[in-house]
Amino acid sequence: MTGTGEPPAGADRTPSGAGAGPGADGAVPLLETRGCGKTFGGVIALRDVSTRVRAGEVTCVLGDNGAGKSTLIKILAGVHPPDSGEYLVDGAPAAFTSPRDALDRGIATVYQDLAMIPLMSVWRNFFLGSEPSRGWGPFRRFDVAEARRTVRRELRSMGIDIRDVDQPVGTLSGGERQSVAIARAVYFGARVLILDEPTSALGVKQAGVVLRYIAQARDRGLGVVFITHNPHHAYPVGDRFLLLNRGGSMGEYGKAEVTRQELISLMAGGAELEQLAHELSREEPPVKP
Amino acid sequence: MTVKTAGPGADERLASTGLARRLLIRPELGAVVGAVVVFAFFAGQSETFRSVDGVANWLDPASTLGIMAVAIALLMIGGEFDLSAGVLTGTTGLITVILATRYGFSIWTAMLVALAVALLVGFLNGLIVVRTTLPSFIVTLGTFLMLQGINLGVTKALTGTVQVSGLRRAEGYEQARAVLAGTFSLGGADFRVAILWWLGVTALATWVLMRTRPGNWIFAVGGDDRAARAVGVPAERTKIALFMTTAGAAWLVGSILALRFTSVQANAGLGQEFVYIIAAVIGGCLLTGGYGSAIGAAVGALIFGMADKGIVFLGWDADWFRFFLGAMLLLATLANRLVRRYAEEVRH
Ligand SMILES: Nc1ncnc2c1ncn2[C@@H]1O[C@H](COP(=O)(O)OP(=O)(O)O)[C@@H](O)[C@H]1O
Ligand SMILES: [Mg+2]
Repeated sequence: MTGTGEPPAGADRTPSGAGAGPGADGAVPLLETRGCGKTFGGVIALRDVSTRVRAGEVTCVLGDNGAGKSTLIKILAGVHPPDSGEYLVDGAPAAFTSPRDALDRGIATVYQDLAMIPLMSVWRNFFLGSEPSRGWGPFRRFDVAEARRTVRRELRSMGIDIRDVDQPVGTLSGGERQSVAIARAVYFGARVLILDEPTSALGVKQAGVVLRYIAQARDRGLGVVFITHNPHHAYPVGDRFLLLNRGGSMGEYGKAEVTRQELISLMAGGAELEQLAHELSREEPPVKP
Repeated sequence: MTVKTAGPGADERLASTGLARRLLIRPELGAVVGAVVVFAFFAGQSETFRSVDGVANWLDPASTLGIMAVAIALLMIGGEFDLSAGVLTGTTGLITVILATRYGFSIWTAMLVALAVALLVGFLNGLIVVRTTLPSFIVTLGTFLMLQGINLGVTKALTGTVQVSGLRRAEGYEQARAVLAGTFSLGGADFRVAILWWLGVTALATWVLMRTRPGNWIFAVGGDDRAARAVGVPAERTKIALFMTTAGAAWLVGSILALRFTSVQANAGLGQEFVYIIAAVIGGCLLTGGYGSAIGAAVGALIFGMADKGIVFLGWDADWFRFFLGAMLLLATLANRLVRRYAEEVRH
């Protein structure tokens, strides 16, 4: 990539990533990848990506379609093991065999393509896979009343305004759906919340609502991994920005090291965008007057 | 840090979702309306139909069909089909009769063996479906044909005819018949005990579906298998258990019918597999899975029973029954499609 040669704020790719030990703030990061890669058949979906996720921080993963964002978070979430490199949780190598393993370590993921089940009610979705039960033996049952109550309370405490927890999730708006998924992860004691393009299908207003819940989760001390291809969504909530392009890392920047404008041009591959602007501007004069 | 947002999640669609949503959470609504209409139609024209004897008469075919339809409904909500279920009622009946009449087994042991075989068939159906991810339609079509072949082949080899009979002489017959195929008096008419089994199965299935964790998983694996797995639902176990449940129901119905008639035809249950599915669909099950109700399927079976006998009571040609089935199925499928469209429409 030609545009990556001169990143703003110096060539400091991973300012705190040189050493293998704890980060600059002294705490062991919740999650860390070291040179992780993944291939599918002949396709290199991800190569040599290193990043860290810390409590109370939002790590944004930015990149165009096919950049490998979903592949990276599927590694973090225990869907795929990395083919190369290391994946550490709380500083120790993780050997997840399923998303359940990751979930049990407090790593909750809201997937882009498989977040919730549209035909099921909000409360059924909320507790899916972790239903509260009462009674014993063959009489053990899903505590439906408790589930409804809890969902209502949790949504309200996050300021999520859902009319009726009995309505099918499919009748919620995209933003509401993401919000419920976030509330669910927070409720189940997630320490890390991974969100795959939660705002990409949303309008401006709905995206704003989701960003607000991301900030809420962060303020509750969760480490958030926020995947997006929209720098305008990433910049307001992000603390760190990991840029991916065609499976490779284009660097990771702290908020202090990059401006919104720089992020946008980095995303678009700087020179390419300038080239594009140049091309487009030549066509403008005949149209404008 | 500022978040650019336009106020809290404003709610501008309050009015539009109310009624439709309430109907949505009641999948059996259509079947109940249909049952009332069908009852009114036949009861209005036939004295016999609305008499207590008439009721006992049309509840009978509804009961055995209903047990199967409820099990198939659970399976369909879980996103799968079982075309082998009809023939399996024949297989289990044949096993019971053959073991009890030719190999000296008591009725109960013979039934136990038949149950074990049925559960094994269900387990294999489920295992093949979840491991290969082939459509269950194809997998169980294979089992269906194989069972059909076995039923005929074994029966012919053993008896030289296409039926096995003589169950009446088997040890424990009277007892077993009383439990599964007897009658009880109510309001001056004799009702089949199978009706109670039907009600029991429906109640149990409804409880499992609505009030237990596996019930939640059934909806989930049928609604979106991958999403369910991603949150830790044991999807494979759930589906295999559903196939085994269907097989267990086939055993129950096979036993009921074998005890009632004391003989089993080698082609018993053939063609019923689609009737079960139709009853489940009339009861509100989506062909695509993830939605439906056990009560709805039971009511679907009730509609069948009423139409089956009602047409006879009216002195019509039985061919009209087929026409009626087709019409009901079309109506139900159209109604169900609207439901799915509504629920899955993405709103921004
Ligand atoms: N399961 C898979 N099998 C084969 N190729 C895959 C698979 N998942 C992702 N890929 C490929 O890996 C690349 C990165 O995909 P992905 O991580 O989904 O990108 P993004 O989420 O950034 O749009 C794409 O070329 C995609 O086609
Ligand atoms: Mg993606």
